[in-house]
Amino acid sequence: MSSNVQSHAESPHIVGYAAFIKVWIALVVLTGLLVGLSLTHRPNLALLGLLVITPTKASLVLFYFMHLKYESTALKYMVAAAIGVLIIFIGLTFSDYLFR
Amino acid sequence: MSVPAEPQVAEHAGEHRDYVGAKLGMWIFVFTELILFGGLFVAYGMYRSMHPLEFHKASGELNIALGVTNTVVLLTSSLTMVLSVVAIRLQRKVQSMFFLACTMLLGAVFLVNKFFEWRAKFHHGIFPGSDHLMARPPGERLFFGLYFGMTGLHGLHVTIGVVVMSVMMVFLARDRIRHNDFIKLENTGLYWHLVDVIWIFLLPLFYLAA
Repeated sequence: MSSNVQSHAESPHIVGYAAFIKVWIALVVLTGLLVGLSLTHRPNLALLGLLVITPTKASLVLFYFMHLKYESTALKYMVAAAIGVLIIFIGLTFSDYLFR
Repeated sequence: MSVPAEPQVAEHAGEHRDYVGAKLGMWIFVFTELILFGGLFVAYGMYRSMHPLEFHKASGELNIALGVTNTVVLLTSSLTMVLSVVAIRLQRKVQSMFFLACTMLLGAVFLVNKFFEWRAKFHHGIFPGSDHLMARPPGERLFFGLYFGMTGLHGLHVTIGVVVMSVMMVFLARDRIRHNDFIKLENTGLYWHLVDVIWIFLLPLFYLAA
């Protein structure tokens, strides 16, 4: 395990500048799309933006800028568990409110 | 009873580093932040479902252009932050410091925009507890309460981020952060990207909700 730690510290995965600039372009384009959808003043399209485009943007930041794509499986599961807990919180609160 | 002195000496002489442990610790902190803001997002969701029309109307009073500008500012600052980490790993110290300075500058631009946005609201008599706001329907009071609370807490995070980055700048200058020991800068980046992710959710919920 300690040799594993050592190798992580000494030869971590390096991603070049270009990949991150592409991710940034995607994020700005998605933001434009999100604003465009909300300006159509159609609630369904705006909701689509909120439920699809916003999580997509957050995932891009999480996987590339926060480097999660290149992290260990254990860390990926930890992040999934944390987000899962949050979703359960939100789900339980809303189900309590909607069905009381 | 003779205790060998060598291992102790070795432990003190060699700088103790645990790259994976340091990163894991930062991620766990990120999780606590997710739950902190998550609770506020739940509050927003509940109150919005109780007062949909009032939230819709109050959201229309926010400046979309300023909200979108700040989104692009923060997304760009996340890019320069990540480039700063890449640069130091490639042993490009000056570039790394330049990108970190860009990130700090963009963070400051975000806060200046926020200042003008809040000042405009204050001029219209909209601030927590103001007579003007208290005379309005409960849903609109809740919307602006959540708006000031959540963007305020987020702004506090941006401020802390800029302060932490200024410390990292000193570390970079003094070679305390190097191509083979960059976890401090990487963890600062994790924090900064988290602040970005939270703003990604704040934009559609407050500025684009109308």
